[in-house]
Amino acid sequence: MKKKFILEGLDCANCAAKMEKAINELDGVKEATVNFMTQKLVIEGEDEKMPTIVQEAEKIVKKIEPDTVMKKA
Amino acid sequence: MKNRLWRIIIGAIFFIVAIVIDTNIEWLNIALYLISYIIVGGDIVKRAVRNIFKGKVFDENFLMSIATIGAMLIGEYPEGIAVMLFYQVGELFQSYAVDKSRRSIADAMDIRPDYANVKRGDEVIKVDPDEVQIGDIIVIKPGERVPLDGKVIEGNSMVDTSALTGESVPREVEVGHEILSGCINVNGVITAEVTKEYGESTVSKILDLVENASSKKSQSEQFITKFARYYTPIVVIIAVFLAIIPPLVIDGATFSDWIYRALTFLVVSCPCALVVSIPLSFFGGIGGASRKGILVKGSNYLEALAEAEIIVFDKTGTLTKGVFNVQEVHPEGVSKEELLELTAYAESYSNHPISNSLKQAYGKEIDNGRISDVEEVSGHGVFATVDGKKVSAGNIKLMKKLNIPCYEGEVVGTVVHVGIDDKYAGYIVIADEAKEDSARAIMELKEAKIKQTVMLTGDTKNVASKVAKQLGLDKVYSELLPGDKVEKVEELLAQKSAKGKLAFVGDGINDAPVLARADIGIAMGGLGSDAAIEAADIVIMTDEPSKIATAIKVSKKTLRIAHQNTVFSIGIKIIVLILSAFGIATMWAAIFADVGVTIIAVLNAFRALNVKNL
Repeated sequence: MKKKFILEGLDCANCAAKMEKAINELDGVKEATVNFMTQKLVIEGEDEKMPTIVQEAEKIVKKIEPDTVMKKA
Repeated sequence: MKNRLWRIIIGAIFFIVAIVIDTNIEWLNIALYLISYIIVGGDIVKRAVRNIFKGKVFDENFLMSIATIGAMLIGEYPEGIAVMLFYQVGELFQSYAVDKSRRSIADAMDIRPDYANVKRGDEVIKVDPDEVQIGDIIVIKPGERVPLDGKVIEGNSMVDTSALTGESVPREVEVGHEILSGCINVNGVITAEVTKEYGESTVSKILDLVENASSKKSQSEQFITKFARYYTPIVVIIAVFLAIIPPLVIDGATFSDWIYRALTFLVVSCPCALVVSIPLSFFGGIGGASRKGILVKGSNYLEALAEAEIIVFDKTGTLTKGVFNVQEVHPEGVSKEELLELTAYAESYSNHPISNSLKQAYGKEIDNGRISDVEEVSGHGVFATVDGKKVSAGNIKLMKKLNIPCYEGEVVGTVVHVGIDDKYAGYIVIADEAKEDSARAIMELKEAKIKQTVMLTGDTKNVASKVAKQLGLDKVYSELLPGDKVEKVEELLAQKSAKGKLAFVGDGINDAPVLARADIGIAMGGLGSDAAIEAADIVIMTDEPSKIATAIKVSKKTLRIAHQNTVFSIGIKIIVLILSAFGIATMWAAIFADVGVTIIAVLNAFRALNVKNL
């Protein structure tokens, strides 16, 4: 399953890279990309683990850049 | 952003006042410095503290806070504040630049239609394009954007496709023509029947493609993020050693001197300039290319294109127009007109381009009542009974099968041999012609240092070598079946150097496997062809092969900028690190290495967006 999100207020390229790395390391994630320029996060992961993945991803985003809001695209 | 700017200005004023006044009362000086520091950098310190509690230590906020507070603790108030001030200026500039770049690309791709005028009964109402269904009738007035793909049923007009293709000359449309969403209707009122839902229409496909481009990251980008991951911790660790060890080991070394050097390290340790300038360059390059009607699906493809060594073209529809015309009619025992008429009838059931060109050359309506017993023999031709006569039309193989002796001399083009009642009746030559800019395209590719240009075709050797010679291609492989094309591409892939890339250019129809096998798949004439948009890595919206050279130029320029930024920012940082370790560079140099470099790299990245002269 693929899910897309908009990272509103994503303002730091290095943070985007950090987020991408951390989300990729989550259990059940096949591929996650954070596109700094388009402020988009795309997560591809196992269907049944998706709800936890999304929750964890949101925590990661908040932790790395507290002013960024993760919204459903 | 405005708030941040004001804070910086007010903080800067306090800072200047503090320096200028320089009273003898020390506590007043310090108070002024502290006030300006809090105004300028309060939020950074606050964020650093908050992030520490969240378990994130080595982020930029923390590094900047330590460096500046440390500087003030050893009495270097002006430097500490200046570092914070310039850091904030740099950050502000950076987010302004990123924002501007995001917006300029959004503007370039501003092809989203806002509404559609739908005809319901006698009324015309404005609705969201999303709500329009297939078969609905829409009205497009002059100046309006075509909201959905459709077919013109009334009126004629000129449409401007420049937003999609980069082509500035408007196209003429009339009843029966297809119109594509995203174009602008220039003069007449057109009524059209909707053929695709909004989600499936050209405009949605293109927007989707562009918005999702650059999520595939280039190698330079991967390198720089990896570099940043190690760079910051290493510099911080060295800084710690620098602060502690030399004062203990070296005679006469003071803590304040070495701590100052260590703090300088911390200022330079921020990786932001490096990391932002690379995606910004690629984003600019992709945006610039899209303005020229070249859609690139990812930064990695734009990067690969610069390393292209071999470009392989499909012939029909790519280098040639893909429109076949009857060139010669050679009858035997019948009149020219009769031969053409009977052949056109015999082939009339087929949808093959050859049969279309025969019908076109014949020029009259086909009366289905005159034909019967049509039978197609795949790879050979067709049998049909026309006006009671047994007509067989096809290639040499068909004639041999029927034991009809036929003309076997050299002909440039596709030959249709015709037999009537098992007797040879002559042949018709059909040929395709090269596109106007094909020769220029090949020439420009050679100028761009492409080592080999190759053409693959299922067509006969004669036709293929004639076209290849006319266009100046290096190599040509003819008489290939679709499966052979993949094989040939694999052969060519083995010939290129390890770093070089092979690009295949096709029209996206029937060549999806080859597009996928090549390092870079380029589809031509993407406008209106979903297959091409799906299958390729790079889509040329128009039919012009010369756009490939343009794409390579954009790619090379983008890469040059990305490399300049990488070398420049890493270089300056390392030089400043070395100089400050030896106590030569001050914190002012460190500020330049951080903020100055960011600004220069970002400005440089902006050049990628400018593709006017490519």
